[in-house]
Amino acid sequence: MMQYKRMTLFAGHYGSGKTNIAVNYALHLKAIGEEVVIADLDIVNPYFRTRDSLDELSAAGIKLISSEFASSNVDLPALPQEVYSLLDKREEKAIMDIGGDDRGAYALGRYSDAILNENDYELLFVFNKFRPLTPDAESAVEIMGEIETACKMKFTAIVNNSNLGELTTAEDVLSSVAETERLSALTGLPVKMTTVRADLVNNLNGKVDNLFPLTLQKKIV
Amino acid sequence: MGEKVLMKGNEAIAEAAIRAGCMHYFGYPITPQTEIAAYMAKRMPKVGGVFLQAESEIAAINMVLGVAATGKRVMTSSSSPGVSLKSEGISYIAGSDVPALIVNVQRGGPGLGGIQPSQSDYFQAVKGGSHGDFMKIVLAPSSVQEMASLTSTAFDLADKYRMPAMILADGTMGQMMEPVELPEAEPNTFDKPWALTGTKGERKHNIVNSLYLKPEELEKTNFERFARYKTIEENEVLYEEYLMDDADICVVSFGITARVAKNAIVEARAKGIKVGMIRPITLWPFPKKVLREAADKCKAFISVEMNMGQMIEDVKLATECKKPVYLCNRTGGMIPSPEEVLAKIEEVNEGGDK
Repeated sequence: MMQYKRMTLFAGHYGSGKTNIAVNYALHLKAIGEEVVIADLDIVNPYFRTRDSLDELSAAGIKLISSEFASSNVDLPALPQEVYSLLDKREEKAIMDIGGDDRGAYALGRYSDAILNENDYELLFVFNKFRPLTPDAESAVEIMGEIETACKMKFTAIVNNSNLGELTTAEDVLSSVAETERLSALTGLPVKMTTVRADLVNNLNGKVDNLFPLTLQKKIV
Repeated sequence: MGEKVLMKGNEAIAEAAIRAGCMHYFGYPITPQTEIAAYMAKRMPKVGGVFLQAESEIAAINMVLGVAATGKRVMTSSSSPGVSLKSEGISYIAGSDVPALIVNVQRGGPGLGGIQPSQSDYFQAVKGGSHGDFMKIVLAPSSVQEMASLTSTAFDLADKYRMPAMILADGTMGQMMEPVELPEAEPNTFDKPWALTGTKGERKHNIVNSLYLKPEELEKTNFERFARYKTIEENEVLYEEYLMDDADICVVSFGITARVAKNAIVEARAKGIKVGMIRPITLWPFPKKVLREAADKCKAFISVEMNMGQMIEDVKLATECKKPVYLCNRTGGMIPSPEEVLAKIEEVNEGGDK
């Protein structure tokens, strides 16, 4: 059974799948009866934002906090002031989608004091070994260090999101388990879950621990 | 080819450039292509290359000209307004007969426009796009895999013909993620006896320059350059034909809109409409011959573009106005949906557009 902290923060390498996981995780928390709010703290990525899932989130009754400029035609790396409400309303489960790499994680640093004071959070490192700059545990550790310095917080667990997009096979996911375990051993952090496209779950049940199906997948073309 | 990795289009360009032997990158950040520079900033120091963020686009393109004159593979990248700033330097590169790669990950315009994707720099890319008589090779990738493979092609063609080559992508192509197999082979190399590499006192010095004091000489140089362009038009055209064997209607589309059009064509075929597509991969040289031949077989053409209708002019020229050419377009950062393209195919199939 997965444990849920008051706040769950997703950070990691650029394009590792943070936004997709954060949205699916929010839907999951809502489905098990939690009040959920999700905040988009991405200040680096101009496309493919949490706001693209606004309809699904609204339909599920999940509040989205995001810059009014996200998914718009201007490039203003602004943070919405409502993020502070998420820090104060402790009766709600909060999810934060952090921008990629250390550059994206600087935005989280602004809220880290409040998050550390409350001390009821998870900071999850999203790992995809099929991304070119994180092919192994060592390169992931390097990026983790850069992110931790930028956001002034330490990671608490790892999410294995190793995938090749639509072409991902069960074998691809299985082939990523060993590297994720090496990353876990190198950092001393547990692997919280392995996130996979929902249709792969049946093939992987019993072979990979803590599978988390990603049912909602955003696709442009 | 090596193992598959999951890459953004922008990253695929950057990695493919490094693997093509490009050890010099000069740029200035602009959305939606900044990942190219970010990737280069991370990777170049690890492979012994040079990443330099210049003080402006104008500085960056002139640094490119400088390295190009030494015969080393060199590139810059930008998005629409930034490419406008680089256009003077691109003309100097063409006028100096040196190879270089310029990447344009297009956004909506004119002016500051917006950061969402567009194809509205088609004219700028293929019609010279700066002062003077010159062309550049323009390649239009339609997948993240092609963002990588056409980057190698662009470097090869630029070297082979001593001229600027451009990758004309758009914001969606730059930002979308797909699996890619990266080339593992050693890059092609070309003899560059014209390059400024130091004479060591052993040979006459080379001159790389675009200034000609005598108009007769400049005219002669331009004639020679255009003779080379003719060779390129005869030998280097790239395109993809899709379901064209029995097509009554021919969709013409490049880059991201060709992917949208493909979905619409599948739908139209399911409804019994005989429609196919010619996808130009080189926008210059434009695939004129295959389009002219298609004009003898098809009853109409549809140009699908993310601009107010730019490539459609080249489709009309290539088909010599033998058959009507209709436009299906969105602009300003909007992407046409497969449904919109399907509706246009159905309209044209019924005898014209409304």
